[in-house]
Amino acid sequence: MNIAVCVKPVPDPGHYNRININPETKLLDRKGIPVIINPVDKNAIEAALQLKEQCGGKVVLVSMAPPDTVETLKEALAMGVDEAYLLSDRAFAGSDTLATAKILAAGLKKIGQLDLILTGSESADSGTSHVPSQLGELLGLPHLNHITELSLELPVIKMKAKIENGYVEYEGRLPMVLGVAREINTPRYTTLMGVVMAQNKPITIWGLNDLGLDPAGTGLSGSPTQPGDLHFPRHGRKSEILKGEPEAIAGKIIAILRSAGVLA
Amino acid sequence: MLELSEQQELMRKVVRDFVEKEIAPIARQIDEEDTCPVELFQKMAPLGINGVFVPAKYGGAGLGFTEMVLVLEEIARHAAGLALGLVAHYMGVYAIMTWGSEEQKQKYLPRICSGGFSGLSITEPGGGSDFTGQKSTGQLVDGEWVLNGRKCFITNSHCMSVNVVTVRTGEDAKGRPQISAFIIEGDTPGHTPGRKEKKAGLRGSYTGEIILNNVRLSPDNLLGKPGDGAKISLGTLGEMGRTGTAAAALGILRGCLEESVKYAKERIIYGKPLSNLVNIQMIIAQNRTDYEAARLLTYNAAGLKDAGKPCAQEVSMAKFFATEASVKAAKRTMDLMGGYGVITDYPVSRFLRDAVATIPACGTSHIMQVIIAGAELRK
Repeated sequence: MNIAVCVKPVPDPGHYNRININPETKLLDRKGIPVIINPVDKNAIEAALQLKEQCGGKVVLVSMAPPDTVETLKEALAMGVDEAYLLSDRAFAGSDTLATAKILAAGLKKIGQLDLILTGSESADSGTSHVPSQLGELLGLPHLNHITELSLELPVIKMKAKIENGYVEYEGRLPMVLGVAREINTPRYTTLMGVVMAQNKPITIWGLNDLGLDPAGTGLSGSPTQPGDLHFPRHGRKSEILKGEPEAIAGKIIAILRSAGVLA
Repeated sequence: MLELSEQQELMRKVVRDFVEKEIAPIARQIDEEDTCPVELFQKMAPLGINGVFVPAKYGGAGLGFTEMVLVLEEIARHAAGLALGLVAHYMGVYAIMTWGSEEQKQKYLPRICSGGFSGLSITEPGGGSDFTGQKSTGQLVDGEWVLNGRKCFITNSHCMSVNVVTVRTGEDAKGRPQISAFIIEGDTPGHTPGRKEKKAGLRGSYTGEIILNNVRLSPDNLLGKPGDGAKISLGTLGEMGRTGTAAAALGILRGCLEESVKYAKERIIYGKPLSNLVNIQMIIAQNRTDYEAARLLTYNAAGLKDAGKPCAQEVSMAKFFATEASVKAAKRTMDLMGGYGVITDYPVSRFLRDAVATIPACGTSHIMQVIIAGAELRK
């Protein structure tokens, strides 16, 4: 069974206070911010590794990211993933979720022969949850998101997906695209031996031409979602200063409290 | 410039991830209850931590002493007591790995790399630095070694599954005590823990007595040759134990640095962060400099050890500097925090108690200075 896990390197949430938005490009300025694997993507890796332990086969990692994220991908390889594909090209910069999904789909098609594609349900930095569904549509595969339980009784795959007020149970047949939720498992700790082994696992880098993509369909130019104006929320509280005699002020306070529904 | 490789940096990241999830949340509890979290030790084993420098064929991670320092620094950043328990364990592991026969390595190393505790029992009530003054004995009776005596200040005393013990087995041709080393399995009849000490610092690792009461051992339990005890125990303490203790002090130093920066940024006084004050900046500068100096000394010593070069002087300098500097840094950080520094909701008072306790561990600062000066004067 061959499983691909799509992962996104994201800024370390421990350093969010250092992240700014460039007012001109409207993009996050991530310079100097450590990068980690999107936390819920580790749950997707864990799910893939468990399925591999059950059924055999191979787990590959696919990520669209700048070339300097190779070291971050090695952490995933150290968890037990067999090999990684980094989709990296200047033309990919500024991609929104749809352009990202197109690039990932091109990479997944090029890898070929995949039985299951897993992603995290959402990314820690943008949190749209778009990519799992977009990938499914682009690849022509059934897709589900927010999966909290997963079991394989070949050829049937059973899934439980959380919804707003509960959950839904599904049964399906592979291949599929699934976005997993944090509740699905606890990712294993990476071992020191795993780190050593990761150094010799292959990381293939594919650019725009390798994937046969049209530059107009990737990056900022290929992104239908464009940030609008930036507004910084005001955190000041609404206030009103009451003046007059104490009795009159007390009466006004009671009237305000009544109108706010605090007093009957 | 001393720089870790990308592989070592990734190792630091994965160890830190484990420490922040499993150890940091209970570090205060470990200190307050003064119990050794044995279950944590068993959780660390599959990650390769317990046998970090042991070859893979004996169940270790097949790495080196630089990685050992890295592991200990990360653990000691939050729980120095647990880190010292690991240092003591590493000493037993190192002694068997370095001086054990192939049979002994195959028999004991996989067990103690996979969750069993080890340790090194040298010190006796008469003194730790007076190595040849030890009174515990080993006598060959009917083809078996019979060990009797009492060891004290032994870290992991109450949880060891494999203990490396030194005893007096006779005298050499010049009438000097002959000290030999033995491997004793924890449940061997007559080998029992005695009193458990109540320590001011480095709580969370058991330190106490080991009682040897007619412990009968096969000749196969002798580590090295008769009379190798000094070489084994001083070699273990001198290079591995002290490097490990320096690494633990390094972790405390980093804790002091990070806590001082965090507090100085968050504490608002007269409407401004404490970090705006120059005297506070001086404390942070001193903490940073002490951490950096200790880091360079300790990783350099470990790097020399990994390269197979003589390093006794460098290890002693690292241990001397890092332990003493950690005490000063903890005191400075408490000064920075004012009244909050002595409240146990913050870890800094624990850092001070732990830092003080690293000084006698594996040889006092006085002994370190004797070694450093001796090496210098012999040049």
